[in-house]
Amino acid sequence: MGRRASLSRLSMSHSAFFRTIRVVLRETLTVAVTILGLLAVTFLITRVIPVDPVLTVVGDNARPDVYERVRREMGLDQPILLQFWDYIVKVARGDFGRSVLTTNLVSDDIKRVFPATLELATIGTMIGVSLGVPLGVLAATRQGKWPDYVARFIGLFGYSIPIFWLGLMGLLLFYAKLGWVSGPGRLAIAYQDFVQPITGVLLIDCAIQGEWDAFRNAVSHLVMPASVLGLASTAYISRMTRSFMITELSQQYVITARVKGLSERRVVWGHALRNALVPLLTVIALSYANLLEGSVLTETVFAWPGLGRYITNSLLNADMNAVLGGTIVVGIIFVGINILTDVVARLVDPRAR
Amino acid sequence: MAKLREYLLADQPGSRNHAKAVQYYRQWLALKSNPLALIGLFIVISLLLIAIFAPLIAPYDPLAQNLAERLRPPSFANWFGTDSLGRDILSRILHGTRITLAIVLLVVISVGPIGLLIGTVAGYFGGPVDTVLMRITDIFLAFPRLVLALAFVAVLGPGIENAVIAIACTAWPPYARVARAETMVIRNADFIAATRIQGASQVRIVLHHIVPLCISSVIVRTTLDMAGIILTAAGLGFLGLGAQPPLPEWGAMIAAGREFIFDQWWVATFPGLAICLVALGFNLLGDGLRDVLDAR
Repeated sequence: MGRRASLSRLSMSHSAFFRTIRVVLRETLTVAVTILGLLAVTFLITRVIPVDPVLTVVGDNARPDVYERVRREMGLDQPILLQFWDYIVKVARGDFGRSVLTTNLVSDDIKRVFPATLELATIGTMIGVSLGVPLGVLAATRQGKWPDYVARFIGLFGYSIPIFWLGLMGLLLFYAKLGWVSGPGRLAIAYQDFVQPITGVLLIDCAIQGEWDAFRNAVSHLVMPASVLGLASTAYISRMTRSFMITELSQQYVITARVKGLSERRVVWGHALRNALVPLLTVIALSYANLLEGSVLTETVFAWPGLGRYITNSLLNADMNAVLGGTIVVGIIFVGINILTDVVARLVDPRAR
Repeated sequence: MAKLREYLLADQPGSRNHAKAVQYYRQWLALKSNPLALIGLFIVISLLLIAIFAPLIAPYDPLAQNLAERLRPPSFANWFGTDSLGRDILSRILHGTRITLAIVLLVVISVGPIGLLIGTVAGYFGGPVDTVLMRITDIFLAFPRLVLALAFVAVLGPGIENAVIAIACTAWPPYARVARAETMVIRNADFIAATRIQGASQVRIVLHHIVPLCISSVIVRTTLDMAGIILTAAGLGFLGLGAQPPLPEWGAMIAAGREFIFDQWWVATFPGLAICLVALGFNLLGDGLRDVLDAR
């Protein structure tokens, strides 16, 4: 009897093992296909550009033989599929070519500017989570009362306000009129020589080096753009939290918990919210990915030296290598965050397995 | 009047058109009971009227420069002040409704049918067709919308037509998703099987029986999406990649007011308020329509 039980358990874990393998394989394939498609789109974009890439290298008055030679060196005489393959190999090596504007390798440029965007989006998401989740829970438990209206109001406005305009208004009010925060940029020039870039995330760098004045200055620069992003994130997270909580609160286990005599607080925050956490995790990750994108406009308004401003700056200067490099990086991060959330959700929630 | 109402609320409509009329009237009553949706409807209708009658309503020519009157604060002569070229901001905002509306309509007209077709075909046929179409959809969904639009504009060059194309290229996937989900439910319905037994072709089933049933979800999705389209278009305009000067596009107007923001706040503030108001209108109306048309 005992042997039989252990056998069946063994075979179960066996099939579970294969199931896991299958899931992993399928997910990997999905990611691969998505990223391949992403590259195909950016590759096609480079092919459609009306600018002749050879001419940008050799100049307008090049002799035909020079033109031919450079064209061959750049691989442009190859069949298009072969060119695409070369392109994939290059991108896989992290080679996006050289930026015309900064004359650096695009990959180096992106490495340099990315931490600033990461910092901004992370703080923005933290604001979004710390405001959005409680607000969503309150709105769900007090439907039709004022917390519900506040949540709905913020939701509607978050979806209706152009983020760049909100940033400008924030600068106008809190920087120019009230003087509560610092203006555009990431750090006052006076402090810039004190802080060495170690991680690239300014707050951490300041803290490591014990430059607390610079830290305070960095925070006062960060508050405004992060809050602007935070509002967008709060709108989305509170709206989703509310709807998840309404679903959870109508489940039977909530009645059971209440019948057991648990306090309403335990029922809502301990039981219902805990079960809503898994879908919420996906929403938060999605909002994080969206903030990386939303930073394109915010960074432009606040002169924040991150990836978003790098992309738009390059765009305005027709620096296609930089634009496409940035686009691919943002796209891959998008895919990465999505897949990571899927995996984590599966690990945390047995129902999703 | 009472008779009309009775006719419109009949429990057993006498004809097909009668049934349709009853359905529409009930939906209208449901929408009417939602004050927020009515506000949204009011804003959207006002937008339409202003766009149609802009030249009659606007106090000045939106392009007429008057350098002697540049950067004037709001006054009785210029309610919203003047910009750096002395143009009346109110008149520019009123004329800007045409550009905003044109962008939104063009995007919706191109995106709705594409998304609907891809979604219904994928959902109805399933199997490899579904896999391929949905994979393509996922690839476009995997791209952040604004960044992809930026990349498209980078290739096509700035301008209002290209902004529309760029937004349309990035906006269709959610529609395909919605239409597919809807189709997956409908395709197993008995009446589809009955139609098939009668010998209807696949094309006929998709176009005549499935598409019409998906339209209400797509309309809801469209209305909710319009605010997003307006914001994306304004964002492109703000970055200088959408409508080009001297067109009174709201995003571009904010960008133009950016350099005066601390001293002449009105230049950037009022176009932004206009965007907020219109986006809010579409969001409110969309929420209301969803409650009415999409009861799930």
